[in-house]
Amino acid sequence: MGRLVYYELIKTFLKKRTYIGFLLVAVVVPLIEVAMKLEGGRFLQYTTRSLQQDFIFVGTLFNGWFVAHSMMNSLWVHIPLLISFVAGDQLAGEATAGTYRLILIRPVSRTRIFLSKYSTTILYTVIFVFFLGALSIGLALILLGAGDLIILQRGILVLPGNDVAWRFLVGYLLAAWAMLTIASLAFLFSSFVENAIGPIIATLGVNMIFLMITVIPVELFGKIKPYLFTNYMNVWQKIFEDPVPWQDIGSSVAALGGYSLAFVLAAWLIFRRKDILS
Amino acid sequence: MTDEIILQTRNLAKQYKQRWAVHHLDLQVHRGDVFGFLGPNGAGKSTTIRMLLSLVKPTEGDVFLFGHSLKRQREKALQSIGGIVEKPDFYLYLSAYRNLEIVGALNGGARRQRILEVLDLVGLSQRAFEKVKTYSHGMKQRLGIAQALLSDPKLVILDEPTSGLDPQGMKEIRDLIRHLAHDQQKTVMLSSHLLNEVEMVANRMAIINQGELVTQGEVTKLLDEGEKYVVVRGTPKESLRAVLETQHSVKKVVDRGDSFDVSMSFDDIPELNRTLVESGIAVQALIPHRSLEDFFLSITEHATKI
Repeated sequence: MGRLVYYELIKTFLKKRTYIGFLLVAVVVPLIEVAMKLEGGRFLQYTTRSLQQDFIFVGTLFNGWFVAHSMMNSLWVHIPLLISFVAGDQLAGEATAGTYRLILIRPVSRTRIFLSKYSTTILYTVIFVFFLGALSIGLALILLGAGDLIILQRGILVLPGNDVAWRFLVGYLLAAWAMLTIASLAFLFSSFVENAIGPIIATLGVNMIFLMITVIPVELFGKIKPYLFTNYMNVWQKIFEDPVPWQDIGSSVAALGGYSLAFVLAAWLIFRRKDILS
Repeated sequence: MTDEIILQTRNLAKQYKQRWAVHHLDLQVHRGDVFGFLGPNGAGKSTTIRMLLSLVKPTEGDVFLFGHSLKRQREKALQSIGGIVEKPDFYLYLSAYRNLEIVGALNGGARRQRILEVLDLVGLSQRAFEKVKTYSHGMKQRLGIAQALLSDPKLVILDEPTSGLDPQGMKEIRDLIRHLAHDQQKTVMLSSHLLNEVEMVANRMAIINQGELVTQGEVTKLLDEGEKYVVVRGTPKESLRAVLETQHSVKKVVDRGDSFDVSMSFDDIPELNRTLVESGIAVQALIPHRSLEDFFLSITEHATKI
């Protein structure tokens, strides 16, 4: 199995498409963070202008932690898109290239091939999310320094500077877990089409529609929300609450894990029975 | 060739929606055979080969490879098989060597020495470390054969191996097939839509049409079984007929308008030619025909018209 995963990693990481996400993050994150530094805190003033009548802000709240936390909002739409580039290509890419005919005639079960591909998807997702985390936090701290972290979400919360680093670490772990659900969904779509564009568009479409249903405060949607994986995608945000709602985080983690498992099981069932006609 | 059957299909069938692509197919390939699997385009050859290599699940029936059921013992059944299905596709952004490493990993691992050996066998050792996207079609076809041979399989299944190649490339592949069969004692099954190609390399063959088996057996027997005749064309036509009808070697003469179909042994063609020339006939053509060839041409033409 290790050997199969090794060669799947080689196939994935020697493909140019794999680096599109890394390249975009490597360009966009510095661009935004440098722009925010040049703006010199006007962004924070703008977002807190309604609160300034009731609160007095003391200290340098516009710092690296604040910017790094703001960058995490890309986890809603942008990062899922970039993850689906690779996850959606894992199975469909073989069909497009005709290489299913090369690998599926071997004395190795389709299940093992499937698992090696999914393991590669997991590794890619985790590496990518932590690349985003390391770059956005590292660069933000270099550019703007550390300090207390102001969280503007359903009110205002200021976390002391010495209580922030571990939250980012756990936050990115939770973000990676949430992104695995997206990757699993793209993997599922990838199992029943023969062109990698389809899974990318389908994953992005499902994610956006579900997100809209999740955030729009309509009573009808309220009944549907608990059944949508996007309802649990904000699990990484919860680590920045005080006190940390561990029980809530635990149930979100379990729900996301359940969705990932369901997507992967469905993909496996399709892949096992699939006739290779490409 | 021995009597041991190493590939057998029993009642093999594949249905796509309402259409049977392959219907109740019973094939038998013996150890040591070069087995030609012949049929016009769309006859069901590729679907059959995809079922033999477990790319497509049969709707009915089963495949037995070295006695192992593909349905129940897939991994054991595929252990000693190598194959190419339709055009050979590879990871174009990787080198030939890396592609074969990946294929080797799926066969339990391939040593560097073995990879270079098969690349050398197909004449690609000089470009082993170049990306496959720089390869010509012929080179990819040869790389396809290299990957099929990598695990040193006992049975090699090649789907239209000469497709898209120039005459020189086709000859090289035929020579390679002969080498595999005679020097390396491998059993080879190759599909083709060209009877003469199968005739040149195969000792046994099966003909499939519209998903059904038409016939199978030894190539020489099948070709000899049917009626043989020579198409004779020359002038003056009446003198030609008169001379043909007086020949002992000629069994039957059928007038086809601009030519005669003459039933006779092919061995007597030179003697007939001499007699015709000596009788003052301007011989335009003496074309040997076999009924199997005609039959195959007729189903091929029918398939083309469809």
